[in-house]
Amino acid sequence: MTHLEQASNSNWTIIFICWIIASVSTLGSLFFSEIMEFAPCALCWYQRIFMFPLVLILLVGLFPFDKSIIKYALPLALAGWSFAFYHYLLYSGFIPESLQPCSQGVSCSETYLDLFGFLTIPMLSLISFSTIVTLLFILKRRLSK
Amino acid sequence: MKKQFIVFISIVFLILLFVLGVNLYKNQRAKKYGFMAQENASTFVREHSQTLGSDDAKVYLIEFSDPACETCSAFHPFVKNLMAVNPGKIKLIVRYAPFHDGADYFVKILEAARKQGKYWETLEVMYKTQRYWASHHNPQPKLIWKFLPSAGLDLEKIRNDMNDPEIARLIKQDLADAKTLNVRKTPGFFVNGKPLQSFGYKQLQELIDAEIKENY
Repeated sequence: MTHLEQASNSNWTIIFICWIIASVSTLGSLFFSEIMEFAPCALCWYQRIFMFPLVLILLVGLFPFDKSIIKYALPLALAGWSFAFYHYLLYSGFIPESLQPCSQGVSCSETYLDLFGFLTIPMLSLISFSTIVTLLFILKRRLSK
Repeated sequence: MKKQFIVFISIVFLILLFVLGVNLYKNQRAKKYGFMAQENASTFVREHSQTLGSDDAKVYLIEFSDPACETCSAFHPFVKNLMAVNPGKIKLIVRYAPFHDGADYFVKILEAARKQGKYWETLEVMYKTQRYWASHHNPQPKLIWKFLPSAGLDLEKIRNDMNDPEIARLIKQDLADAKTLNVRKTPGFFVNGKPLQSFGYKQLQELIDAEIKENY
C-alpha cells in the first residue's frame, strides 16, 4: 500500500467515525423519545435537527470518499454544537432559569437521565457534537496540507 | 468493496443494537411494574378510584385517562365491549392523567357528577361531545355545559361540588401515581399491573386475553 493510499484510507476512516457517532446519537435520541418516552424539549429538537441530517450527509460522503463533505457537514455540526453547549450551560445552572427560552411545555433543565452520576442527555449531545466537530477540523487540516 | 462491507455491517449492527435495547428496556419495565403490582398495588388502584364491573373480577384493567383526550374517547367503546364479551371477569379502574391544558376542569365536573350518581352517564356524554369543546386548535371548555343536561345532571350542584378541595387532591394523587408508573401519554393501560407494551386495540385485547387465560 502506498503512502498516498494509506493517507486517503485514514481520511475515509475519520468520516466513517463521524458517521458512526452521528448514527449512534440519532438512534440514541430516538430511543429516549420513542421507547423511553421522554418528550424532547425545544433545545433538544434544535440539536436533533442538526444531528439527524449528518447521518445521511456523512454516509453520502463516504462513497466515494468526497473531501467536500467537510464543507457541508461542518456548518451543521457547528450549529448543533452551539445549541448543545448552550443547553449544557442551562442544564448545569450556569445560565439562570429566568433566561430559559422554553418556559412552556417540556422544561429544558429537568433531569431525565443520570448515568453513572454525571452523564446526562445534554452532556451526551455535547460530547457527540464536540467529537464530530473536532474530527472534521482535523480532517480539514490534513487535507489542506 | 471492503469499505462498503464495513459500513453495511455497521448499519446492521446499529439496528440490531437498537432492537435489542428496545426489548431489554421493555422487559425490564414489565418486570418492574409486575413486581410493583404485588408490592404496591395502591399505586394502581386508590381508595378514591372509580371502578366499573364486578368486585369478583380477577382481571383489573387500569386506565389512566383524560376526558379531553381523543384516543381515550376512541378507546372507550372498545373497552366497554371487551367487558361485555367477558362478563364479570374484568374490572375497569379509571385513573386520571389530565395532560391536556385545562383538562382538570373536566375531571372536576366528572367527579362532581359522581356525587349525583351519574358518573358513567357523564363520561359517556363527555366522550361523545368531546370534539365540540376539546378541539385542539380551538378548545372551548365552557361549551361542555350545553351538553351536560343530557346526562341528567343538576348543573347548579355541579358548579358547587366541582370546587371541592377533595377533588383537587384526588387529581394530584392520580397525577403523582401516573408519574411513578411512567405514564406519559393517555390512555395509559395496565392489566393486573402489567403495562400495555405497544399501543393498539389488538395489543390491549391480547394482553387482557392473556390475563383472563391465566386467572380463570
